[in-house]
Amino acid sequence: MLYREAGQFKASYAEDSQIFPIRQDKIGFWVLMLVFGVAVPLLANQYWLKAILIPVLIFSLAAIGLNILTGYAGQLSLGSAAFMAVGAFAAYNFILRIEGMPFLVALVLAGGTAALVGILFGLPSLRIKGFYLAVATLAAQFFIVWALVKFPWFSNNSSSGVVTAQDVTILGYTFATPEAKYILTFLIVAFMALLAKNMVRSSTGRAWMAVRDMDVAAQVIGFRLMRTKLLAFAVSSFYCGVAGALYAYTYIGTVEPEGFNLDLSFKILFMIIIGGVGSIMGSFLGAAFIVLLPIFLDNVIPMIFGDALGAGFVSNFQLIVFGGLIIFFLIVEPHGLARLWQIAKEKLRLWPFPH
Amino acid sequence: MQFFIEVLVGGLLSGVMYALVALGFVLIYKASGVFNFAQGAMVFFAALTFVGFQEVLPGWLGLEADSGVVFWLAFLLAFAAMVVLGIATERIVLRPLVNQPHITLFMATIGLTYVVEGLAQMTWGANVRGLDLGIVDEPIAWLMDNYEIGVSKFDLFAAGVAASLVALLALLFQYTKVGRALRAVADDHQAALSIGIPLQTIWRVVWAVAGFVALVAGMIWGARNGVQFALTFTALKALPVLILGGFTSVPGAIVGGLIIGASEKLAEVYVGPFVGGGIEGWFPYMLALAFLLVRPEGLFGEKHIDRV
Repeated sequence: MLYREAGQFKASYAEDSQIFPIRQDKIGFWVLMLVFGVAVPLLANQYWLKAILIPVLIFSLAAIGLNILTGYAGQLSLGSAAFMAVGAFAAYNFILRIEGMPFLVALVLAGGTAALVGILFGLPSLRIKGFYLAVATLAAQFFIVWALVKFPWFSNNSSSGVVTAQDVTILGYTFATPEAKYILTFLIVAFMALLAKNMVRSSTGRAWMAVRDMDVAAQVIGFRLMRTKLLAFAVSSFYCGVAGALYAYTYIGTVEPEGFNLDLSFKILFMIIIGGVGSIMGSFLGAAFIVLLPIFLDNVIPMIFGDALGAGFVSNFQLIVFGGLIIFFLIVEPHGLARLWQIAKEKLRLWPFPH
Repeated sequence: MQFFIEVLVGGLLSGVMYALVALGFVLIYKASGVFNFAQGAMVFFAALTFVGFQEVLPGWLGLEADSGVVFWLAFLLAFAAMVVLGIATERIVLRPLVNQPHITLFMATIGLTYVVEGLAQMTWGANVRGLDLGIVDEPIAWLMDNYEIGVSKFDLFAAGVAASLVALLALLFQYTKVGRALRAVADDHQAALSIGIPLQTIWRVVWAVAGFVALVAGMIWGARNGVQFALTFTALKALPVLILGGFTSVPGAIVGGLIIGASEKLAEVYVGPFVGGGIEGWFPYMLALAFLLVRPEGLFGEKHIDRV
């Protein structure tokens, strides 16, 4: 009844191709922004901000990065955590080594560094396809983590490779409280998500999708394969790099290269599978799901089975549920939570009248 | 020179062990087009089940712990467990996903990896266990005395097992009815279906055989390094072996394993010291990557032709 586009007429192409063509969507978007940008930091407690909301936002950003590469450009990557590591360590070094480096500039530079590394490891994609490429991205994963551990320069000669992120200061204001860090993360993620959404709606995104659907055909109709694929690698790595830097600076504070291991890469991959491959919205839903699920299981399993079962049982049970859910999602809804959201919207347009 | 040969032989023999894991991948990929990421977890599951039965069986049956009966019974039971796992996978995971893109199936097997790992540790516990096959891990005396080259008996045994397994599989593929059906399914699902080959049965057979290969690989790896969670990482080492050899080729898995094993050990010994060591972790991938740039379908893989 409330959600319907009746009476909203588009009088120009610009109106027709705007990001939220229906007025209710526009309102919904701003309500969402107000809730998560203003109400949540005012109301949520520190635990929620620190342990749930900030990581969800950061992983959403990483998932958007992987989604651009895998969901839109069709290049399966198993190395997203490595690009996050590049971003985190690049930001650390830029702030450490350049006097008076502003945080936001460092963030962009970190993303840029990750993008360069991404292009380097994306080069083989011009010749290698499918699973062969997926395995090739594992080379990036292992090599980058190894290099960050082995060359002490990256971690400023810290013996174990662990670095502690400096304070985040923008224009003299230090973001120290969880609330401040949350708002900073939220603004950056919201901005980059909008940017990504617009990118995939533009000719860039259409080029990616053409390459994804069939790269030979895309080449025949005039897309430059090399440019398109490498751009996807660069943009994807940029997003992952910024996510990695935020991970270090606004989430955990101390990072080590080993923290960005293959498991994290898989986690990000699962976020886009469960959220929806080829959907920006899905990246958020998937990230929220994957971050919340272990917390949920941690609380629910002892409630059902009591404390009799050891911690080992709980963690193994988590593994099984986790894997089972992924299989379940792939079977039942291969397009992920984003698709369910889509269906709900379609239903809502007719509700409460069937026609 | 002796040192070089020793490193080379050691590398080749450890390559054989990678090849054993890679073999399971190739089997499943060939027959069902599924890139089975869970193969490593299956190796772990198989080894853990075998050791677990070895521990509990003497108590149940009142037998001596180190008697041959227990060994073979545990082996059979572990094999049965792998068959059940394979059939369950076919039924629960693969059948509903028929005709989905390859990438979806691949991701499903990543999910399967978690389930199998969780299941294995939930059933048998997460302790590191030793596994004794009765073959000592010591250099062969004759080679040591005459040429001063240290080659482990155990490695040689592993190589022998791998060779006989490959021979067995080659015979199975080439000369039996099931083998012919397998190759037909690998070639073209629909064509195979239309001439009356039961797809589901074939898949079950393949997963069972892959389970058997996983069991053998798991026992050998387990005897070498102990049965522990780290076993699942050895499967990751099988991936560069696969891309080197090509996903669809059994000989490719063996040759790829030998190349990866030898080159990673040589690189570690001769290049490692210059860059701080530990390059074993990524060198195989880089090698495979460099190799792919020259031959995108691996050594023995089928050439991929794009049609619009």
